[in-house]
Amino acid sequence: MADTDTLPPADDTAVNPVGGIDQAVGNFQYDVNYEFDAGTGLTEDTVRYISSVKKEAPWILEFRLKALQTFLDKPMPTHWATKDLENIDFSKIRYYLSQGQKPKRTWDEVPDDIKQTFERLGIPEQERKFLAGVEAQFDSEAAYSNIKDIVAKQGVIFCNSTEALREHPEIFKKFFGKVIPTGDNKFSALNSAVFSGGSFIYVPPGVKVAQPLQAYFRINAENFGQFERTLIIADEGSEVVYMEGCTAPKFSTSTLHSAVVELVALKGAKIQYITVQNWANNVFNLVTKRGVAHEDAEIKWIDCNIGSRLTMKYPGVVLKGKRARGEVISIALANDGQHQDTGAKMIHAADDTTSVIVAKSISVGQGRSTYRGQVHIPKHLKGCKNNTECDALLINTNSRTDTYPAITVRGDTHAVQHEASVSKVSEEQIFYMQQRGLTEAQAMSLAVNGFVNDLVRQFPMEYSVELKRLIDLEMEGSVG
Amino acid sequence: MTSVSEPCERCGKSASDFHQPMSAPALSASPFTGLDSARFAQHLSQRGHLPSWWLETKKAAWNQFNALPMPARTDETWRFSSIGSLDLAGFNLPEDASVHIPHLSAFPHTAEIIFSNRQAVGRSTVPAELAAQGVIFCPLDEALHHHGELIKTYFQKLPANLGSEKFVALNTAFTGAGAFLYVPKGVEVALPFVLQHTLSGANLATFPHTIVVLGEQAKATLVEFFVSGERDAHQLVSGVNDLHAGTGAQLTYVGAQNWSRDTLAFQTNSIVAERDARVLSLNVHLGGRQARHESHSRLLGTGAHSEMLALTVANATQEFDQRTLQTHASPHTSSNLLYKNVLLDTAKTIFSGLIIVEPDAQKTDAYQSNRNLMLSDTAEANSLPGLEIEANDVRCTHGSTTSRIEPEQQFYLQARGIDPTKAHELLVFGFFEEVLGKLENEDLHAALIELIKSKFKK
Repeated sequence: MADTDTLPPADDTAVNPVGGIDQAVGNFQYDVNYEFDAGTGLTEDTVRYISSVKKEAPWILEFRLKALQTFLDKPMPTHWATKDLENIDFSKIRYYLSQGQKPKRTWDEVPDDIKQTFERLGIPEQERKFLAGVEAQFDSEAAYSNIKDIVAKQGVIFCNSTEALREHPEIFKKFFGKVIPTGDNKFSALNSAVFSGGSFIYVPPGVKVAQPLQAYFRINAENFGQFERTLIIADEGSEVVYMEGCTAPKFSTSTLHSAVVELVALKGAKIQYITVQNWANNVFNLVTKRGVAHEDAEIKWIDCNIGSRLTMKYPGVVLKGKRARGEVISIALANDGQHQDTGAKMIHAADDTTSVIVAKSISVGQGRSTYRGQVHIPKHLKGCKNNTECDALLINTNSRTDTYPAITVRGDTHAVQHEASVSKVSEEQIFYMQQRGLTEAQAMSLAVNGFVNDLVRQFPMEYSVELKRLIDLEMEGSVG
Repeated sequence: MTSVSEPCERCGKSASDFHQPMSAPALSASPFTGLDSARFAQHLSQRGHLPSWWLETKKAAWNQFNALPMPARTDETWRFSSIGSLDLAGFNLPEDASVHIPHLSAFPHTAEIIFSNRQAVGRSTVPAELAAQGVIFCPLDEALHHHGELIKTYFQKLPANLGSEKFVALNTAFTGAGAFLYVPKGVEVALPFVLQHTLSGANLATFPHTIVVLGEQAKATLVEFFVSGERDAHQLVSGVNDLHAGTGAQLTYVGAQNWSRDTLAFQTNSIVAERDARVLSLNVHLGGRQARHESHSRLLGTGAHSEMLALTVANATQEFDQRTLQTHASPHTSSNLLYKNVLLDTAKTIFSGLIIVEPDAQKTDAYQSNRNLMLSDTAEANSLPGLEIEANDVRCTHGSTTSRIEPEQQFYLQARGIDPTKAHELLVFGFFEEVLGKLENEDLHAALIELIKSKFKK
């Protein structure tokens, strides 16, 4: 969606004539006067403070405090995950910041400095008419929120999660924390204790939302963890596409992002959740994403991870109803100093359920990309199918890739396949393109884009354009 | 198999000089309640005649065994394994050899050694011309006497690291029933060497340790059988193998186990392939209540190749737990792993494999494949095929499939007049043939099919 070509340059930022990429984008910070600030460190007081600022009902505070205890009790999962997790200093992180603003309804009400930030990110005002609604999260609270009349008229609720807790507690409470229980992992517990922001979407039965709903996330305060909580419920026979994009300013010390995203697709519903993220490479991005697909429902995660110091994210689908379908399309790019530990989880819990995982990763320089997956088909089920493909591309001699799938199948009526390959860009390809006048770097970029092309095509057009640019940007300087 | 007792060509002693098998199976009651310090002290005292470095190694291993914790649920190397049933209590070492030695189908071989309850009870000699060329094939205790330095060079030189360190230490502490095969530089032996380990009696344990060393350009095959004397005896086994193929050597190793239905079995194999060496290892798993097999191939020299094969037939409530590692430490090395499991009833299998390509191992070509054939609605197959790649100019792929017999295939055979049971059997053995077909020795191939068929007969 951020097509920088169509943007009038905000100032004299250098524009890369070859790639058409503004390299300065995403590498800046604006001063924001935070009205509420929970300070650094995490104690029970921090949690009480967040809850009181948000004027929450007592059951939410109780939920948060329980979650805090779970977080403190759980060990770091370093027996299987990277030891880099131990470098997170939880006492130096800010857990809540807010300007105390109510979500804005119109573009005019959005403060100028924030507008400027969005413009630099490439959300042009003109694009609004193409978007069904924009829920742009500026740090903790949504700074801008707009749902097109058509969508609202269809009965679709699209707001931030704080608002949803106040205004739609009956729907929220029913599904909240059900797909991803607090104790699922240490970071889902952390999120449950200090969550703020994130989106809430409810699509009524039979409603097909024609335009994708979007939210744009940014982290904009040093050492500030962003703990958004998203809950999407697609009622029977409904369809919705949700897109989120992330860019973050580059900071000198580590920042933590730990979101929880829960999707519920009721009978025959379809949810597509698209993420393109480009975190600064000091960010720990530890996200728990999972959906439950009921009978004949379909959940599809399209996930693209670029940047961050460490990303750990394994979007999952629990295939709870007969003939439910789950899909994860994942692209990861790890550059110097980055570790993309991504993958997918498919939990089959009903007959004739189908799941597909396609994961492609690119390791550049000393980057490390890891695929970690789980496919689980327990007993007494019939006719379940899974197909998993993981392909890794290694660009430089010291690039690294790992694959750690785990597949459990019970019974003799299922078909499960896993395939993975590791390769490099062939010298013949590069030579061929150089023969036709491309530089080695251009040839390499083209080859890498070719490697992910079949997946990128599944992204909405504006995302695929942005993605190709991000890949070009990351590939710069990797050869020669 | 015959069980002749002839003198070792090299040392002039016969197996019976070392261990006199008892004439009756009456097992004397052990004064020990389990594998405790008192039992270990007794084990050591019986081995006072062996080199002191060996006794020290055993003491260190015993201390290590006691220091290491039992596997825990959170150990990644034990993911999906049943941890609660890893009970070592109440097992004793057999005091006497048993006369009950199951008959296995014979095939032409160079020489064989038969162990029963940890004692060498029968052996055929290495042919004189091979012995003259320096070929050694004898029980481990004998080898420690006469070839101590060779054993010291190759015994456990590379540590076990796939999760069973504790059980490997227990093996080292108590091992007695082991064998040593040494084929010197340039010697090629066509027919296989055969080892048989038998354990008879309830609540007993055995700890076989086999060392195979092939010198430069040497070629040999070792076939090792592991069997219980009874179908239902409650037994414990922890076996360890050190397989070493020197420069340009060609080693074929076949290990086939058919332990009792109540055996807790561990087997840990270390495979080393030096420059241009080719190693083929095939493990056939049929018996045991819970059987874990770890196999680590290290490709240390340029041009080395390791073929890692396994066939498992899992039925009833059996659990087979197979962990593998292919370490590519040098450029231009290749490895190919194919593990096939057939699952019946409520059996459970775990395959966890990893290919590691170290930073300098450019031009590595590694493959890893796990195929599970499900013949029951209640069987469970777990598959963890992993890769860790730190070099970019490599070809690494892995695959894992879990499925049943294609109804079309069954239909095709039935349409040609083959009855369903026969058709089923043909398809299962067709599934295995991809692995068995890699054996060059046809007699061995036939013997293994015979062994696998015995499991389907029940």
